[in-house]
Amino acid sequence: MTTLNTSRRPRWVRSTLTGYAFLAPSLVLLGLFVFLPLGWAFVISLKQTNGFGDGAFVGLSNYGRLLTDPVFWRVTFNTALFTSIVVPVSMALGLGLAMLMNSVLPVRALFRTIIVLPMVISGVATALIGVLVYDQNNGIANKLLRVIGLGSIPWQSSGPGAFASVVLVTLWWRIGFNMIIYLAALQGVSPELYESARIEGANARQQLRYITWPMVGPSTFFLLIMNVIHSFQVFDVIFVLTQGGPGNSTSVLVTYAYTNGFLIRDQGYATAIGIFLLAITLVFTAIQWRVSRTRDLVE
Amino acid sequence: MSRGRHYGLRVAVAIASSLILAFPLYWMIVVAFSPRQELLTTELRLWPQHFTLANFDRIFASFPIPTWFGNSVAIAVVVTGLTVSVNLLAGYAFAHLRFRGSSVVFLVLLSTLMLPLQVIMVSEFQLITALGIYGTYWAVILPTAASAFGMFLARQFILGIPREIIEAARVDGAGSLRVFLQIVLPLCKPLIAVLTLLTLLSTWNDFAWPLIALKQNELFTLPIGLLYLQGQFGSDYGATMAFALLSVLPMVVLFVAFQRYFVQGFARSGIR
Repeated sequence: MTTLNTSRRPRWVRSTLTGYAFLAPSLVLLGLFVFLPLGWAFVISLKQTNGFGDGAFVGLSNYGRLLTDPVFWRVTFNTALFTSIVVPVSMALGLGLAMLMNSVLPVRALFRTIIVLPMVISGVATALIGVLVYDQNNGIANKLLRVIGLGSIPWQSSGPGAFASVVLVTLWWRIGFNMIIYLAALQGVSPELYESARIEGANARQQLRYITWPMVGPSTFFLLIMNVIHSFQVFDVIFVLTQGGPGNSTSVLVTYAYTNGFLIRDQGYATAIGIFLLAITLVFTAIQWRVSRTRDLVE
Repeated sequence: MSRGRHYGLRVAVAIASSLILAFPLYWMIVVAFSPRQELLTTELRLWPQHFTLANFDRIFASFPIPTWFGNSVAIAVVVTGLTVSVNLLAGYAFAHLRFRGSSVVFLVLLSTLMLPLQVIMVSEFQLITALGIYGTYWAVILPTAASAFGMFLARQFILGIPREIIEAARVDGAGSLRVFLQIVLPLCKPLIAVLTLLTLLSTWNDFAWPLIALKQNELFTLPIGLLYLQGQFGSDYGATMAFALLSVLPMVVLFVAFQRYFVQGFARSGIR
């Protein structure tokens, strides 16, 4: 295929110019609003401000402060705890529901719609419904608990109660995503595998362990990484549902960064927290990339 | 097709799960239409005794609800238009144009997708202040539109277009832009549908960045307005739920209408 190259420039120059012309809007937008702030963030993290003016250059002392800040360790612990509960539970429930939705059911499409629907509700609305449901005085959760004889749970006034309410609300929100991914994987598993296993005498648990589980392996891994990264960045629900309280029992990394950056206005410190978060995200993403590459080589 | 084993059990579990998952939304609707007194009783009631629209009257009287709706719509539409177009252009470039450094640039741009907002929220705030757009629509629109979301999907999708069609157009003398506009784009309709819906959804529900970028009441988007309203109305749950219901309704309608596209989009977003 040839086009008449009537310009005086060599072909590779023309195609390079064309290529970058198509990329120009992306490059401008991302360059100005992502890469520039990213670079600047590193600079800010080396300063200490009190909300006015540029702030003094303090080198790595913000990072040093992180290490000795008990609140920082508390919020990191909270974030890790939150992640370690929400991720496995939402994945297990997602897999269970996917297996269910993959089987023969009446009005299956309706069930699937209901399970996925929470994903389109905003974090703010989700959290406000949570405020309503888990209100420890008038909320329906405690009313239901009292009716079945279990008594009220202090969802607002106790640390563990507040933490539990955050976890439950997040689970409601995230189950649909896990189900979708697992369902797509399950639909790729040929039914003959299960048939022959059944003929060979395998029971349900064996089928689960030796067919289902390995076949959804890549999805499990993908979900693990996505869910972990997402959980480390949780903000909307906590900000609206508990504001990080009571005390700091539901504060997480991002709410702490927000508080420092926009309420206390020590922007250097807030950015240092953000960079810590970036480092964690990079670690997990690198792990995913590494493992998925070896997987591709093996397969 | 046979019903399979444990049919009854599975149906029961499916119904129970759906009831549990649907309950919060059901409750939101119930409370939105319940009068204040009903919410303060200590007895358990699962449906409203008195159906009322008073909550809606109250919120419309106290807050610029239509303005906030307008803000959300305007911002969502502009951001979606920008993001989808920009990423289609880029996806096409990476799929079909040969140029120096394309693989490196592709990876670098894609890597921005895993950057948490929180890392740059402070510096981004300083940037929009320096640019003088703090507190305006553009303070929300521009950083939100600066997203490589869809670039990967676009490239993948466009790679799937048979080369012969492209070649034929080039032989006829069409330049890259014409090929893009007249050949590639019309074939991208499913892709455009998915990207548009997902971007609309995430912009509509966006909370953290508008919270930082806006200051004036009249410019609030719905999530910010919702939080603001709750701050003002405190335990007036009826009012809060009425507004919450209104704010989620557009997305719920879109979802029910275009569920297939949403699910496809959710399933593929982030998959490398």
